[in-house]
Amino acid sequence: MTANLAAILYLIAGVCFIMALRGLSSPASARTGNLFGIAGMVIAIGTTLAQPGVEDYLWLVIGLAAGGLIGTVIALKIKMTAMPQLVAAFHSLVGLAAVLVAASALLAPEIFHIAVDGEIRLISRIEMSVGMVIGAMTFTGSVIAFAKLQELMTGAPLVFAGQRLFNLIVALAIVALAVIFCIDQSPMIFWIMTALALVFGVLIIIPIGGADMPVVISMLNSYSGWAAAGIGFTLDNTVLIIVGALVGSSGAILSYIMCKAMNRSFISVILGGFGGEALKVEKSDKPHKAGSAEDGAFILSNAGSVIIIPGYGLAVAQAQHAVREMAEELGKKGVRVRYAIHPVAGRMPGHMNVLLAEASVPYDDVFELDAINSDLSSTDVAFVIGANDVVNPVAKTDPQSPIAGMPILDVANAKTVLFVKRSLSPGYAGIDNPVFYNSNTMMLFGDAKKVVEAIVKTL
Amino acid sequence: MELMLDIHPLVIAVTVFVLAVFVGYYVVWSVTPALHTPLMSVTNAISSVIIVGALLAAAPMEGSVAKVLGGIAVGLAAVNIFGGFTVTQRMLQMYKKK
Repeated sequence: MTANLAAILYLIAGVCFIMALRGLSSPASARTGNLFGIAGMVIAIGTTLAQPGVEDYLWLVIGLAAGGLIGTVIALKIKMTAMPQLVAAFHSLVGLAAVLVAASALLAPEIFHIAVDGEIRLISRIEMSVGMVIGAMTFTGSVIAFAKLQELMTGAPLVFAGQRLFNLIVALAIVALAVIFCIDQSPMIFWIMTALALVFGVLIIIPIGGADMPVVISMLNSYSGWAAAGIGFTLDNTVLIIVGALVGSSGAILSYIMCKAMNRSFISVILGGFGGEALKVEKSDKPHKAGSAEDGAFILSNAGSVIIIPGYGLAVAQAQHAVREMAEELGKKGVRVRYAIHPVAGRMPGHMNVLLAEASVPYDDVFELDAINSDLSSTDVAFVIGANDVVNPVAKTDPQSPIAGMPILDVANAKTVLFVKRSLSPGYAGIDNPVFYNSNTMMLFGDAKKVVEAIVKTL
Repeated sequence: MELMLDIHPLVIAVTVFVLAVFVGYYVVWSVTPALHTPLMSVTNAISSVIIVGALLAAAPMEGSVAKVLGGIAVGLAAVNIFGGFTVTQRMLQMYKKK
């Protein structure tokens, strides 16, 4: 295969990947998009296998088959609630793969045509340093994110005195080592730089608290893209550069959306320390109305329209299916049921939508915050399940609050508000919710799944 | 053609990169928020196109450390490619209209 033909095939693969992302603009076109993605990958791998210099197919096939088998089995078995962990784990693999490829480029530069008489070109040295450092950070950072999400380690931020200064010193040391490597091509310097980048990946994720996880996953998604782009530059491979740019910008946009949904600046998320010590909540003994599942069922069945606001508590209780049943029962009684999703309702961008889709909730009943917020005031019942912070008006009224400025769903505007909650305890951010004590609010205490099932029974 | 030869390959690579960032920016903003999780899993899968580097590293006949590292990277990237596309497809199958 000539170099020109290969370049054109890589370009076609790149276009397929763009189509894969483009398909995600609506659920109707998304499956076709995914097929484009698969086609692009087949073209890219096939083109590479037809390159001159590719002689030993045995190990390639073994690697592909073994990895493919493991990946497929995991993908088929994984629970939808565990998607954030899975994505974090996958990010770490991209990072590690980038590290390994950069290392082989250093050890055997002639394979990638980046060396003249055993000396790696300066530009390639710069490119492989960038690919290696970002790849290594992505790898260990994602491992930490995985451990936090999987609850193998505490989700609380890990902070120590002088942390930021220490991180800054490590970062500067990495840059300095990269410069030295670019000058003298010393493998030893390269390995030390790699080791420091691995440590740095851990350092940047440990201070970030559980509440900021949606941002962290998006950020690591972005890093994995930039790492791929770095390797693409090293190998002068267009499809890798295109993909790296696509994924890098995708992750960056998702990080931005998540930050905006929590009214947090990207910098403050990175610096970390948020959501650590549980804030002191004044134990409120203000009067509130509590009701039974029967009361809830009565209110719901007499409503003309209901908006369900699911939070992560719903997923924890595995109540999605019960909620969908309840919505169907209400639908039969002529009640219009819709769902309102806050961008940070789940543990990663779009997570709650997937959980509802899994429970066979039709996607045309599911609305984003901006699309449905104004409808809450003309709705009979706002039914909040396992959510708190995303419906807490304190975000608007108290500029001192940790969630100040965060966009919220204005449930208090609905005629009646039903809260399904274990207790009056505050949510993730540790802030009391004044809506609990409104006269038009009824609290339905208990496990989300049990309460909703009891409502379904009554209906 | 004569003129093109004077352009350093890096400049072409940077051109591709910058244009792809712009394409990525506009394409990703058009992704519906309901599909942000599949977006992450599919970007996961496609960023594993890094496998092209791994395949080349593992491809020569004679054994070397680089070949072993490349082989491991092929396996890791394959986990991601198959896993990423499969889990994305699984999620997308669940999105249904009324």
